[in-house]
Amino acid sequence: MLRAVLPVAAVLGLVLLSHPGQTATITALKSPKVDVPASDAMFPAGPGSDAINNNCLACHSADHVLNQPSLSRQAWREVVDKMITAYKAPVSPDDAKAIVDYLVHTKGTGAS
Amino acid sequence: MQDHDVQPSGLTRRCVLSGMGIASLALMSSPALAQQTIDLHVPGGPSTRPITTSYPQKGRMILQRSSPPWLETPFEVFDKGVFTPNDQHYVSWHWANFPGDIDVDSFRLTVRGQVNQTLSLSLKDILQGLPRIDIAAVNQCAGNSRIYAEPRVAGAQWADGSMSNAIWTGVRLKDVLDRAGVKLGAIQVRFGGLDEPVMQAAPKFLKSLTIDHARDGEVMIAFGMNGEQLPLLNGFPLRLVVPGWCGVYWVKMLNDIEVLDQPDTNYWTATGYRVPDTPHNSVKPSETGFKMVPVTRNAPRSFITNIRNGDSLPAGTPAAARGIAFGGDCGVARVDLSIDGGQSWQPTQLGADQGTYGFRQWQTQFTLPVRGARTLMVRCTNTKNEAQPDFRIWNPAGYLFNTIETTHVVAA
Repeated sequence: MLRAVLPVAAVLGLVLLSHPGQTATITALKSPKVDVPASDAMFPAGPGSDAINNNCLACHSADHVLNQPSLSRQAWREVVDKMITAYKAPVSPDDAKAIVDYLVHTKGTGAS
Repeated sequence: MQDHDVQPSGLTRRCVLSGMGIASLALMSSPALAQQTIDLHVPGGPSTRPITTSYPQKGRMILQRSSPPWLETPFEVFDKGVFTPNDQHYVSWHWANFPGDIDVDSFRLTVRGQVNQTLSLSLKDILQGLPRIDIAAVNQCAGNSRIYAEPRVAGAQWADGSMSNAIWTGVRLKDVLDRAGVKLGAIQVRFGGLDEPVMQAAPKFLKSLTIDHARDGEVMIAFGMNGEQLPLLNGFPLRLVVPGWCGVYWVKMLNDIEVLDQPDTNYWTATGYRVPDTPHNSVKPSETGFKMVPVTRNAPRSFITNIRNGDSLPAGTPAAARGIAFGGDCGVARVDLSIDGGQSWQPTQLGADQGTYGFRQWQTQFTLPVRGARTLMVRCTNTKNEAQPDFRIWNPAGYLFNTIETTHVVAA
């Protein structure tokens, strides 16, 4: 996208924005009582999708994985291993292999 | 440390819009209204992210992960002023299990371990029983800008928006520790919040500071952010603020302070968040055998905020550049602009100093002499005379990136 920069507006905006106001005095806190959204999105179906759906979504939503870059098999293996050893995800060896295969198939680089 | 003032974000926005005129107003707000996704323009993986307004107490944010939430501040926010509005302050949680409802009457902050007297402080004790301070400080995730790593690495795929600046209001950690009375032999202080791992065996999120750092009079327990209580997702009711250090230390929903006489061995302090112990924490992707050390302080950074990649500028006509900078764990000494891809540099004018650890605005005029593709670069040098490097920092986990930023434009 090409867009022109407006120097006058830019300078004017800078001047107006750097003008400070007054800090409010906080005397008491109030519970926000909010609902934090969750996600029920599943991984796209394919070989190993059951394993990744069953083992990974308890701790984080699928977009955590889907937004990752394409990685080598070795890198995906390290990621899955970190989830098991560091973060104590209870993943069986068979499922861990199926998850790595799924990730290499869907988000691999072709490198081992 | 000094007192700081901040303007309510709504007022700031109205002032800007009324001052900038119709042309500029349309320029800023029409893409914003129409846009439901944002393209972060990176190769090697999914480049677009949804824009979300679904999170409580949060405005338009880039959705990096639904749960536990990773919400990124859209970059255009940084052009609007040095203080990030609370509703667009970035959000990052390690574990999904944290409360959405906190009873302010029964909430207690415990201070325990190697102290003469265990404390159980109510919010009233903290708001009314201890001296208050204000500190402006940038909260930046150690993994800010990880999405630009070459080659790409796993982790939260933040663009440049896992950083936000606020005036934090609270009490000195030192005053709280003094009230408990730290025993001789104390070496570290460990901090925990109300967030819990989903899997019971998983390591609870905890971080520690040395006892001297904890007692430096700047590390604080914040209950206020830009004059308001903290949004829940930013750590209501209390969060640790460690000025100049990475956001991972800024423990949210802080309810437990433990003074230790042995080194903290928990995963997050002893194992996680590691970088190579090399200049600028940088290594070659093929390199091995280097020592790893914890991420600690922020490094100097600067950004152009009013000109984006792909923008067109009139050749031969003066144009304004402006942006933000921060020194890391000290102030900003200077910000320089290059319009020739780093061959030569011109100084810029710094805006008001609104706090050593906060964002500082800079601005300058420049003229691109002839038509064609041009590369703008901006470089911050901090008050310790540490400048941003011109080579691409890379490490296996994508932490502490502070390479000089480059903006490609066309002089037309």
